Amino acid sequence: MAAIELRGLSKVYPGGVRALDALDLVIPDGEFFALLGPSGCGKTTLLRTIAGLESATGGSVLIGGRDVTGTQPGGRDVAMVFQDYALFPHMDVTDNIAYPLRIKKVAKGARRAKAAEVAARLGLDHLMDRRPGQLSGGQQQRVALARVMATQAQAYLFDEPLSNLDARLRLEARTFLKKLQRELGVTTVFVTHDQAEALAMADRMAVMEAGHIRQIGTPAEVFQRPANTFVAGFIGSTPMNLLDGSVRGDTLEVAGCKLPVPAAAEGRVSDGDTIVYGVRPEYMTYSAEPAEGALSGKVAIVENLGASHLVTLDVAGVNVQAVVPEGGEPAVGDEGHAVPRRDRALVYRDGALV
Amino acid sequence: MTRFVLGRIGFSTLVAVLLAFFTLPLLWLVTAPFTSNPTYEVTVPDFTWDNFAAVVEHPYALPSLWNSVVLSAGTAALVVAFAALAAYALSRVRLPGRDALLYALLLLSSIITGTAAMVPLFQLAVELNLIDSQFGLILILTGGLLPAAIFMLKDFVDATPQSYEESARVFGASPLQIVRHVVVPLVRPGLATIAVWAVANVWGNFLMPYLLLSDVRKQPAAVITYTLYTEGGQANLSMLSTFGLLYSIPVVLMYLFVSKKYGFRFHGGIKR
Repeated sequence: MAAIELRGLSKVYPGGVRALDALDLVIPDGEFFALLGPSGCGKTTLLRTIAGLESATGGSVLIGGRDVTGTQPGGRDVAMVFQDYALFPHMDVTDNIAYPLRIKKVAKGARRAKAAEVAARLGLDHLMDRRPGQLSGGQQQRVALARVMATQAQAYLFDEPLSNLDARLRLEARTFLKKLQRELGVTTVFVTHDQAEALAMADRMAVMEAGHIRQIGTPAEVFQRPANTFVAGFIGSTPMNLLDGSVRGDTLEVAGCKLPVPAAAEGRVSDGDTIVYGVRPEYMTYSAEPAEGALSGKVAIVENLGASHLVTLDVAGVNVQAVVPEGGEPAVGDEGHAVPRRDRALVYRDGALV
Repeated sequence: MTRFVLGRIGFSTLVAVLLAFFTLPLLWLVTAPFTSNPTYEVTVPDFTWDNFAAVVEHPYALPSLWNSVVLSAGTAALVVAFAALAAYALSRVRLPGRDALLYALLLLSSIITGTAAMVPLFQLAVELNLIDSQFGLILILTGGLLPAAIFMLKDFVDATPQSYEESARVFGASPLQIVRHVVVPLVRPGLATIAVWAVANVWGNFLMPYLLLSDVRKQPAAVITYTLYTEGGQANLSMLSTFGLLYSIPVVLMYLFVSKKYGFRFHGGIKR
């Protein structure tokens, strides 16, 4: 087990595309770390560079304090689960799990015993003679995990480990994966484009955009205080309200409404600043009656989220969304008032959190 | 209804006539060897083994079949080995002008074993001292088949996801181990296709061995067939039919074997 450290890591593809731009990142020993970002942001390139499948153009990669920048993938003592699992179709489950040990020249009996031991732990013991083609998606994923566990590598790398599973199985696998990582205590980096997955599983996460890391933090930090408008817009199952506004004395003017300065930004904005006011729909209190410091407008759309409703207000031509608990949902066309929670609202100036 | 029935009858008759047209030569091939004095007609054979005895006694007939086996197996082995390496490299390494190279090779290859290159090939063989050498002939046949083989095999390799190899790499497998443990098993149906195709090509090739092998003891069956005349200069039909039957049996056996093993469904157990 080992920490992973990146120093000024860059990757430029031959065509001139800068996939990674001088990244610095420290992932402590035993952490479950998520790389999150939209497609094309460089998160998979970063993972592959840590694995050694891509060579870094600049900077260095350290695993367990050892500089492995120029080391072949096999010499880095990491194990990787690929998005398509990459189980060898011509080998049965036992041979697949035992393959890393075969490379390490472990005797046949010993590696079969190890494969059986790891497989039993993941509940695969009755499938040992099957070929990957005869397994379900969830079983294939567990075989891929078992193969990684059999390596006893210092760090695990997962490339979109859940994306090939259907929605319900994905939730199960999420819980399973988090529990497994906790039990094993091996430093694990996983890549995902699904913010819910990153929030749910990771101890800490990095949000990436266009080859840069936009924010590093715990899921709670990233969710509650996104460092910039990109992260604010990317994190959250319902997108955060990001409303243009300006500072007028000691209040904010947003979409024609007067709002108090949020607690976090108090004393840090000055009169006349152009700002973006950010508040999550979950942190809005909706009422049908006019209220102090509310964003007021007509209800344009009501979406059912199950236990709650997502109400979209048309506030002077700007869409403002609020989550309303069940039972209190308005009808389309009603006059509505949404009061942002002052301790959860955020102010961005020039794209960065104030 | 009547129209439909008449239509079916007409269609079936047409198919039957067409089939008969193609079946007759095959029937001749299986009946004539067992007939005492075969003509061009298909007759009920009198089940004699004399024709086979004559083929066995012929000094060059059976050895020529062995020569055919040597030539086609040797060529197939070289074609598979070289095509596998080339196709793998061409599929995995990005080269500028790679596709142009492949198409140019494919285009030129039809010339190498074709009539257009007869004279230069012959001269080249003379210069390299490869005239009258089965090994030399194998090299030239391999050269002729390789481009198309690479082209076909590259498709198989292209269809194999790279993550298999990358996965093995991360586990520490060496390039040779990756090829042995992962790539070859995955493209095995492709390799089988190439091997069968190469054998069939060489087995039926007349021109190249005829040009390059003058020693009758080294010539393959395709060339020996050409020498089966009676003293009177007429085609020796009893010898020809019997030898022809023996000549075609190995190819049929190969087809049955490969068809059973791979079913000619070239899927290869790749999960897409």
